[in-house]
Amino acid sequence: MFSFCSDPSVLSGLPWFVCYLTSATHLDFYRAFGVVMLLLVVTAPAALAIGMGGAMAIRARFAPLSLLGKAYVNIARGVPDIVFFLFVPIALGQGIEYVLHHINCPDWDQPIRQGNDFLVCREAKMPPIGAPAWVRDAYAFGMAVLAFALVFGAFVANTLHGAMQAVPHAQIETAEAYGMTRAQAFRRIVLPQMWVYALPGLSNIWQILIKATPLLFLLGIQDVVYWARELGGQKTTLYSYPHPDWRMWYFLALLGFYLFLTWLSERGFGWLTLRLSHGQATAEGERMRRAAA
Amino acid sequence: MKTLNLGGAALALAFAATGALAQDVVRLASEGAYPPYNFINDATGELDGYERALGDALCERAGLTCEWVINDWDTIIPNLVAGNYDAIMAGMSITEARMEVISFTQNYLLPEASAYVALAGADVSVRDSGVIAAQSNTIQAGHVAASGADLLEFPTPDETIAALRNQEADAVLADKAFLVPYVTDSNGELEFLGDDVLLGGGIGMGIRQSDDALRATFDAAIAEMKADGSLNALISEWFGDEAALYE
Repeated sequence: MFSFCSDPSVLSGLPWFVCYLTSATHLDFYRAFGVVMLLLVVTAPAALAIGMGGAMAIRARFAPLSLLGKAYVNIARGVPDIVFFLFVPIALGQGIEYVLHHINCPDWDQPIRQGNDFLVCREAKMPPIGAPAWVRDAYAFGMAVLAFALVFGAFVANTLHGAMQAVPHAQIETAEAYGMTRAQAFRRIVLPQMWVYALPGLSNIWQILIKATPLLFLLGIQDVVYWARELGGQKTTLYSYPHPDWRMWYFLALLGFYLFLTWLSERGFGWLTLRLSHGQATAEGERMRRAAA
Repeated sequence: MKTLNLGGAALALAFAATGALAQDVVRLASEGAYPPYNFINDATGELDGYERALGDALCERAGLTCEWVINDWDTIIPNLVAGNYDAIMAGMSITEARMEVISFTQNYLLPEASAYVALAGADVSVRDSGVIAAQSNTIQAGHVAASGADLLEFPTPDETIAALRNQEADAVLADKAFLVPYVTDSNGELEFLGDDVLLGGGIGMGIRQSDDALRATFDAAIAEMKADGSLNALISEWFGDEAALYE
């Protein structure tokens, strides 16, 4: 990065550290923090959307839909995360290729499974053959987001369903007595009020999501944990920057990073709770009403 | 659109039949954590090492465009079989057990010595009765499991050395070429324990069993490099003058 870093073997002390911490692999390490944040930023709304769909499916009066919602929530919550993360990208990836294969290559005469190998025709390859590296990265990242969103969506669905039930039933009856339809009552009465009941549960899920991001490593994405282990391990004199086993310091830095994220989200959720409690029939809402009066 | 795709499929079949893969990008997978075989160069951030140099040379000879992928060691074979890349060059020894799942080219490194490393002053008897650390899913791990010693497995090779330093393990069994820099860098803290052991059938390129065309292509390129001495030159460059060379 800096011109004086061209020959690290003659450096020592501070310049060595400056060069070391700005080496190409370290820049990849710093970028990996961005990847983790991006995952959180993309996955959270996706999980919320899936969870919303799941919660509404569970509440649906159409029995098969309600059953489907319940099945999804229970399966995704019950299966260990790690199994789900290994299963979804592989099964989905091969499923997409299988479907594309049948659409694009109907006259392919060889079996798709040959012994251990999974073989589809060239047109069915996803990402396409010859795709640039960033497309492959984006595809792998998309799969990861989907796996995360499916797992966490199930927890969100359960939380949101509980929150919808927590809105005082008398209010819904009153709304219907005023002539609102079920959908109107849901949109005008339940939806605006449920968030304050959902927040504690959602903040839990958000924290667990933050803690689960190192699972990215399982999906072949080089995340912060991969780099901490790779960079922290002992480097022999074969490397430009030889050093003993420093994994402890790297993992300490990760600890700091994750604690910082936790602190930041605690503040965010505190602010949200305060805002959403305004005018609510909850203890917090009542306290705010009295303070203002 | 559909007819276009059909034409493409026919074309692909024709290419597969003649073994002409030149227009394709061949994806090579490596672990990037096993110096000097393959490692991530900390100054450039790129994959580096003997296998990087050899792989690039082979692709050039065969007229292929190659692209490198870093993959975790434990899932490197499943991802090959699933078609996420086309070949493995990751210091992988040719063994019977692996031959059941994938196929190999001829070896590009002779069967080489594996060695035990221990803290200075350790007794040789720990080789048979102590706790031996090795990377999981390696021939060395298999060797320890078959011996009387207790096996302690780690997902990356570097962690085995750390376990030895913490005295979680009495010794480490790994490829000698990987261990030499650790021993020389340690200023006498680590030393080789007893004689070397010879394991496996050399190191080769792992390829899907159904991919005969690609295997033949790389086989020919390796044979060519063996014949003109350029493979030996690469081995000496990366493993020193004492490394075993092809006749």
